[in-house]
Amino acid sequence: MYFLATFLIMFGFWILLSGIFDFFHLSLGVLASLLVAGLSSEHLFRNRDHSTRLVEAWRFLLYIPWVIKEIILSTLHVAFLALHPDMMKKIAPRVVTFKTKLHGTAARVTLANSITLTPGTITIRITDDVYAVHALSDKVARALPGEMEDRIATIFGETRK
Amino acid sequence: MSDYFTWLGVVLCLLMLMALYRTVIGPTIIDRIMGANVIGTKTVVLLIIIGTIFGRVEMFVDIALAYAMLNFIVTIAASRYFTHHKNILQEGYGLRHRPGGPKD
Amino acid sequence: MLNSLTIVLTISGLFFFFATTMGILRFPDFYTRMHAAGKGDTLSSTLMLLGLAIYHLNHFSMGDFLASVKIMLILVFIFLASPTATHAIIDAGYESGVAPWTNDSSPEEQE
Repeated sequence: MYFLATFLIMFGFWILLSGIFDFFHLSLGVLASLLVAGLSSEHLFRNRDHSTRLVEAWRFLLYIPWVIKEIILSTLHVAFLALHPDMMKKIAPRVVTFKTKLHGTAARVTLANSITLTPGTITIRITDDVYAVHALSDKVARALPGEMEDRIATIFGETRK
Repeated sequence: MSDYFTWLGVVLCLLMLMALYRTVIGPTIIDRIMGANVIGTKTVVLLIIIGTIFGRVEMFVDIALAYAMLNFIVTIAASRYFTHHKNILQEGYGLRHRPGGPKD
Repeated sequence: MLNSLTIVLTISGLFFFFATTMGILRFPDFYTRMHAAGKGDTLSSTLMLLGLAIYHLNHFSMGDFLASVKIMLILVFIFLASPTATHAIIDAGYESGVAPWTNDSSPEEQE
């Protein structure tokens, strides 16, 4: 089952990348996809808990528009700062640390990437549950972790823990 | 439309030159890695623009995909390699502190 | 119609590339430059690649359609790779002890 799913994904990828549809190239693609699927089908689907995976994927898709909005806002913020003639007085960079309440690895990685993509903050590192974040000003530093952590907790079903 | 893409590519090259200033001047080696990463991202876009001008975009898009992956791997490898180097803080490290280079 | 959409997207992408480069040149230290490099590059290359992909959708031939899909693939890859590369570079700097630049508005960190 997982082998078949991996094979289909790999073969779709092959068709997309080659763009040639004669018999020779398609059979090469079948062979290569079989090889890759045999080698790595247990790595692609790590979470084999059927009950939550689809729900998580769907909630994650709903999360993407919000992330795109944040990316646009943060780029406008950085562009405004970079082109401001008095930029040195506008920023007060600092490194802040805070503890997260998220447990899963995927949830923590999502939070780290989301922090990087929101205005004025970059995740430097995660050690266990402590995040080190570089913030461009005091205001954005105090707003951490904010509503993002709650949103991600909802996505990965961690609100009760 | 072809003229427009040519000018787009020229302006992109000028921006790459500006980023090259940061790559050459430093002051730390991390700044150089960052400058190289920024130039690489611009190169991916520039490759697709060149493909559009030549009308061979189905070839250039593969090169651009490979270049994007290579750029990512180079950035990760270089930053991992320099993670525990204390002397990256010295200004001009990598230019003057080569083995056999002049000491100061 | 689609051509003007391409022009709007690529010009705005070029503007954000310019802002990113100015940020790299003007910000005072490596961490703040990383803000400009990590964030500006993602959105600006997204805009430019979207514009080029839309331009290639104009002709509706199979090869150009595949090229558009591949440009979208590059876009997804950049979206995944850019924050990761940012983490890797800034973590290397933090680990080697590059001190963050601060200005006068934070007196407790002054020496």
